[in-house]
Amino acid sequence: MGIDNIWVFAQAADGAPTTGTLELLTKARSLGSNVSAFIAGDGTAEASALGDHGAAKVYATGDLGGVLPGVAVSSAMKTVIDGGDTPDLIMFPQSYEGRDVMSRLSVKLDRTVLTNSTEVSVDGDSVTVQTPIFGGAKLVNSTFTGEVPHLAAFRPKSFAAEAGAGAAGEVVSAPVPDLGSTGGATVTAVHVEETSGPKLDEAAVVVAGGRGIGEAEKFEMVENLAKLLKGAPGASRAIVDAGWVPYSYQVGQTGKVVKPTVYIAAGISGATQHMVGMKGAKNIIAINKDQEAPIFGIADLGIVGDVHKVLPQLIAALESR
Amino acid sequence: MHVIVCVKQIPDPALPGELDPTTNTLKREGKLILDESDSYGVEMALQLVAAAGDGEVSLVSMAPNDEVSGLRTALAMGAAKAVLVSDPTLAGADALTTAKVLAAATKKLGDADLIIAGTESSDGYTGTVPEQMAEVLGLPSVTFAKTVEVADGTLKVDRQTEEGYDEVTCSLPAVVSVTAGVVEPRYPSFKGIMSAKSKPVENVTAADLGVESVSWAQQIVSVEDAPAREAGEIIEDDGESFNKIVEFLDELKVI
Ligand SMILES: Cc1cc2nc3c(=O)[nH]c(=O)nc-3n(C[C@H](O)[C@H](O)[C@H](O)COP(=O)(O)OP(=O)(O)OC[C@H]3O[C@@H](n4cnc5c(N)ncnc54)[C@H](O)[C@@H]3O)c2cc1C
Ligand SMILES: Cc1cc2nc3c(=O)[nH]c(=O)nc-3n(C[C@H](O)[C@H](O)[C@H](O)COP(=O)(O)OP(=O)(O)OC[C@H]3O[C@@H](n4cnc5c(N)ncnc54)[C@H](O)[C@@H]3O)c2cc1C
Repeated sequence: MGIDNIWVFAQAADGAPTTGTLELLTKARSLGSNVSAFIAGDGTAEASALGDHGAAKVYATGDLGGVLPGVAVSSAMKTVIDGGDTPDLIMFPQSYEGRDVMSRLSVKLDRTVLTNSTEVSVDGDSVTVQTPIFGGAKLVNSTFTGEVPHLAAFRPKSFAAEAGAGAAGEVVSAPVPDLGSTGGATVTAVHVEETSGPKLDEAAVVVAGGRGIGEAEKFEMVENLAKLLKGAPGASRAIVDAGWVPYSYQVGQTGKVVKPTVYIAAGISGATQHMVGMKGAKNIIAINKDQEAPIFGIADLGIVGDVHKVLPQLIAALESR
Repeated sequence: MHVIVCVKQIPDPALPGELDPTTNTLKREGKLILDESDSYGVEMALQLVAAAGDGEVSLVSMAPNDEVSGLRTALAMGAAKAVLVSDPTLAGADALTTAKVLAAATKKLGDADLIIAGTESSDGYTGTVPEQMAEVLGLPSVTFAKTVEVADGTLKVDRQTEEGYDEVTCSLPAVVSVTAGVVEPRYPSFKGIMSAKSKPVENVTAADLGVESVSWAQQIVSVEDAPAREAGEIIEDDGESFNKIVEFLDELKVI
């Protein structure tokens, strides 16, 4: 038998699959020869990118009409599985929608879930996933011991997305069945926060500020430095919770995972939950007045100093170049 | 209005976590506390009931060794009663089993208009339990709620998204998971702490709830140390250290 038929829950924005989706497809095609994407919407705009990353087939639910994807997509998946196409493994992004679809499906199929994984391997019929715990200090390897389909969710940037798999995926309709009492939630309006510059999780440079910045107004220093370096500003949860910056700035376990070329942490202590979101940066620069701050344990360049002195000097030096 | 809040009792997250060397599961000995992630749900529930003008907040929790410290904190904040599932056969349970157990436990508390949970716990953070509970109970759900309001028997939620937020309406009863920071959890008053001691907490086992076949299809096979990231050069700022950063950025060709 072996693990061969793999589905990836695909997410898209503005007609293009998300990078996270393409990462999972790339990994999926290295594990099995029969890879399908499962997407909310009609799938036509995304089919070629999905195919080029490994999806020979694109199951598409059609327009969800405002119903939240969790219940709708999982029901459509269940219908396809009941119809005879049973995947061995379904890979989900550890995103809002990925989590919801996987959770609903796990109950419908009575299957366990493995979450927050960053690696997966297949050995015959056995699927093992790896999950970092304690802020990435330890790696836990877990296997599924039950029947397929196995359900696993992966943190963003666990794999590299590579095109070149081939033709557009064949779009196959997978309509949402009647949701009964579970379909009661509908989206009535969508609000998009305006951002300029590169996206936090795609920027080559991230400048992140923490509680050491002192007050909301001073976050301007972080934004100015980010702009000068053509990067994106980020934040620790401490200052998101304090309301200084929106949640979309948060880096860490409950925020975004970033892997930039350079990560500058200003006034951030380096809590384990923050570090899981930025440890993968190629280079880390930390500025903190406390030389015992854990962030220095992973910094390539650490400055023991006051952000209110160092950042303005750095900004002035870069402006004068 | 009757609101049930799921509250997880966890080891203090400020203490370093430890794995049991034989089972490889998280050690949960010693005093457990109310997961901060759930203090928001408790506060939200109390505010919704206050706004409705009548009703009460009740709690469900699954925790080892009949642990009630975290529940008492939530009762002291103002919840009326609780069901605690404590059962050695549930040690190391997966999220799906946890959801089945908690869903069954809510039935002990009578009909709920709303069930509130955190978006993810501080110690296990699978982030799947609330949505799994909703499916077990056959209810609609709204996850990642930033604001929650009930008007004319309908739930109105601002739901966090990757790009901003969505306005969502939902029929009741429903399950909602709330993000951290949605409301400011109150500190229990002295009176609250005193009265919490006599509030009813019903202890039950999985069998009492009719949850059979307590088993889960995942197994930890090994735990390894992650490759450590080496610390680099650490220097004391002497007023010129910004030059070091400029040099470093220059070397990396980002400027
Ligand atoms: C379940 C859970 C999930 C979490 N998820 C996340 C997450 O996704 N992301 C996240 O970031 N956190 C997360 N946290 C919170 C995390 O544990 C920390 O509380 C948080 O990261 C701390 O933020 P901070 O470093 O800004 O603040 P602090 O820990 O307070 O650190 C401030 C630092 O600034 C330094 N400082 C102060 N003044 C100056 C100055 N003038 N110049 C230079 N340095 C100065 C101090 O020395 C200190 O090191 C989570 C916690 C839990 C329990
Ligand atoms: C590091 C680590 C990783 C784990 N990974 C996995 C995994 O990949 N898959 C898996 O199936 N299990 C996993 N587990 C086990 C999992 O944590 C437990 O099954 C737990 O009982 C429920 O999951 P959670 O804490 O992740 O819940 P989450 O879904 O993160 O919790 C969300 C909310 O659900 C409610 N809730 C959750 N548990 C309880 C409870 N016991 N009592 C009351 N309310 C509760 C709370 O409101 C909470 O805020 C892991 C445990 C650890 C320590």
